[in-house]
Amino acid sequence: MTYIRSTFRHPGLPKNELGYTTKEYEGAISTLCAGCGHDSISGCIIQACYELSIAPHRIAKLSGIGCSSKTPTYFLGNSHGFNSVHGRMPSVATGANMANRDLVYMGVSGDGDTASIGMGQFVHVIRRNLNMVYIVMNNGCYGLTKGQDSATADEGSKSKKGSANPFQPVDLAGLALELGATFVAQSFSGDKEQLIPLVKAAIEHPGFAFINVISPCVTFNNNPGSTKSYDYVRQHIEATATTDFVPEEKEITTSYKNGTGTDIRMHDGSYIRLEKLAANRDPYDRMAAIIALHNSRNRNEILTGLLYIQPQSTDLHHTIQTSNRPLNSLGQDELCPGSSVLEGVNGELR
Amino acid sequence: MKPTDDKNPEYFHKVVDCQYACPAHTPVPEYIRLIAAGKYTEAYMVNWESNVFPGILGRTCDRPCEPACRRGRIEEEPVAICRLKRVAADHKDDVKSLMPNAPFESNGKRIALIGGGPASLTVARDLAPLGYEIHLYDEQFAGGGMMRTQIPSFRLPIEVLDEEVNYILDMGIHVHFNQYVSSLEEILDKEYDAVFIGTGSPKGRDLIIPGRQEAAKNIHIGVDWLASVAFEHTHKIGKKVIVLGGGNTAMDCCRTSRRLGGEDVKVVVRSPFKEMKASPWEKEDAIHEDILILDNHVPKQFIVENGKLIGMTFEKVHAVINEKGKRALVPTGEPKVFIEADDVLVAIGLENTFTWIENETGVRFDEWGMPVVDATTFQSTNPHVFFGGDAAFGAKNVITAVAHGHQAAISIDLFCKEKDLSQRPSPFTNLVSQKMGIHEWSYDSDIVNDHRFIVPHAPKKTTLADRKIEVELGFDIQTAVKEAHRCLNCDVQTVFEKDRCIECDACVDICPTACITFTMNGEEDDLRARLKAPALNLTQDLYVSDTLPTKRVMVKDEDVCLHCGLCAERCPTSAWDMQQFLYKVTKAC
Repeated sequence: MTYIRSTFRHPGLPKNELGYTTKEYEGAISTLCAGCGHDSISGCIIQACYELSIAPHRIAKLSGIGCSSKTPTYFLGNSHGFNSVHGRMPSVATGANMANRDLVYMGVSGDGDTASIGMGQFVHVIRRNLNMVYIVMNNGCYGLTKGQDSATADEGSKSKKGSANPFQPVDLAGLALELGATFVAQSFSGDKEQLIPLVKAAIEHPGFAFINVISPCVTFNNNPGSTKSYDYVRQHIEATATTDFVPEEKEITTSYKNGTGTDIRMHDGSYIRLEKLAANRDPYDRMAAIIALHNSRNRNEILTGLLYIQPQSTDLHHTIQTSNRPLNSLGQDELCPGSSVLEGVNGELR
Repeated sequence: MKPTDDKNPEYFHKVVDCQYACPAHTPVPEYIRLIAAGKYTEAYMVNWESNVFPGILGRTCDRPCEPACRRGRIEEEPVAICRLKRVAADHKDDVKSLMPNAPFESNGKRIALIGGGPASLTVARDLAPLGYEIHLYDEQFAGGGMMRTQIPSFRLPIEVLDEEVNYILDMGIHVHFNQYVSSLEEILDKEYDAVFIGTGSPKGRDLIIPGRQEAAKNIHIGVDWLASVAFEHTHKIGKKVIVLGGGNTAMDCCRTSRRLGGEDVKVVVRSPFKEMKASPWEKEDAIHEDILILDNHVPKQFIVENGKLIGMTFEKVHAVINEKGKRALVPTGEPKVFIEADDVLVAIGLENTFTWIENETGVRFDEWGMPVVDATTFQSTNPHVFFGGDAAFGAKNVITAVAHGHQAAISIDLFCKEKDLSQRPSPFTNLVSQKMGIHEWSYDSDIVNDHRFIVPHAPKKTTLADRKIEVELGFDIQTAVKEAHRCLNCDVQTVFEKDRCIECDACVDICPTACITFTMNGEEDDLRARLKAPALNLTQDLYVSDTLPTKRVMVKDEDVCLHCGLCAERCPTSAWDMQQFLYKVTKAC
């Protein structure tokens, strides 16, 4: 009987700029089902944070309830974390972010946690453009309660027992686009080559970055007839482009022919490189992204990759002009400036 | 790369590093598991079948398995394989009833074995149960060869030696002890169906430098001197002793000297300490017994005063890599060093001597005086005559002699049946899944972080007082079980079945040592550089699958795989499975 992962690691593991190997970004051994797509997404988060050389203590991971929301235990074991109430991760993320703008906020949610119980929270965090990464591990079913159809299950998709889902799905990426999200991507847990650069870009994006990741539930939703199975997704995937994330110090040498690629400059000087971009695709065009998403759905395809980005976005801190410094770095004088300041404030309101 | 052919038994055999490195290919993890389970008798028999002398080798083996041990690539020290073998021998119950017991039905063939060492005894053990009439010739009064004459009793108690030699002699072997064979012709005239020569490399090399003749009385050839001690002809040595040479014979000489009255014993060796041929643990044991090892000293002269040896002079050198890339010892130019000595033991190498083999026998020798022997069949240029052990290819060690003996026995058997000697029997292999449940395997798959446990020694004062008291005490059972748990069970193979794989990456994410990568195929060099952790150990193979539906291949670097089974536990479709691979070299018997 083993449920123990050896602490030995490959002695030749490469190190990042901080001198850390991926070991410093790992979490506890996963208790999810063997082969769960969520574990692959955890692996991508580990790899992305390692490659970006983010010090683990500069990251806060937040989640709600569900299989997906268990995963923060399985990645970034040296980071801050808050496993909150079902569907309420955005509130906690907002509070934490308002208190300390210097951390990277990694929110993880599932299709139930986001598209059902947490829908109200989800739409408002998009509206506010909170600077965070919001990953939905979307398996189209409630895996933790034995696989009932969730709100993202496609119409006609068959459950393990063979019954077809009679309802329209909530398209989370479409919804995010509609509500004005400034970074919207879609991916597949079985495609790490695409997902890792997307997670890196989402971390670097100075606003709300949403990634909807199709993540098959091997136990309850990996059957023939399901539209969220490994086989179905692999057969119906349609990438907008191949995505690469280029750190700022690397000089860009490639030039693209018209309509074959583009580099998206991020606020910190790094780039998202999109190759083999379809000729009519423009990652800055929200309308085009919505249309492309609808067209794909009509063709029974799953459009993946970076759908839309607004690189110079204005996040919540800028909008409401909060303190530039984290609250925990403010002294008593700044936090409690005294009765004369209070008088002044009250005076303005009279 | 082409997909790995895991149906070829040699692929998985190579993954079991210890077994692959062992000349006799003893199934090491198999017997270590038996020891952990308290099945000492069974563990002994696994060994006995493969290496014939578990008790002897458990104390004296050169341990080619240990530098190969995977554990040594993950942390500092390999599993104490050799000393675990001894645990099986120390704690076994009756094993004789499990061995083939004489009398055996005769097949009418007669075989002569010249020399009673490990190679000949192995041939005897393999052939006697098949009905061969075996005649063993040796000049000593008992069997064992150099195991008896060269390995001091404080490393190998005589009872252990006798026990394991007698298991074989009791198989109805016709022994001709105290009989020095001075002519191969005479043996051939007796019309044996085959003759096996396992006479070892019995001659110690001498050192001819000024003063050698004058000081002859106090200069001894190491191997001869050790034999003379073993046979109780020699009981003492001078207080100041110099031992020349850096091999295991030198270590046995210096440690024996300490027990026969040597107080100031120095080993003086030409090469740097690190390059000495002696096993590291033997050097440690010598140093522990207050023996000084002086490296980089080249002997120049024996100094005699008033007709008696008083010491030796040496020239100091240092190792330099010359233009040809070869290591050369260059004098440092410092003045010569004088070291006092009452006696000098020369242990600078072993030589073969085949003066007793006549030209007329048809056994040909090469330019270095070694017999021309086929490396696979061990047959000489006279088809009736076979060689093995040190006599075949020069001085090696006991375990190599045993491996030669097994192969020679197969050849002799084939030869007597008038079959083609080059058609070697294929190994016996078996591959069985170890799955017991979702998280359960029939082997201990959790990896312990324990460092290598130290074998306790008897107090130095006691052991130095009597050369027959064994120094190493062997592991007690509790420590043995802990040490056994350090074994990574490399014979439990990670077997990948491409058609079941859904490419969920679960194995990649869980593997603690980043062994598994799914990527586009390429040439081996290219692939090795592209893996999750670069595969820089070229002695370890890559396990490559056929192309998967996403056009990628699964590549597993075997180098630091812990065989922890997590890939198979996390695999939803059982594309990975942990399967125990048993590989046994087929014997004649």
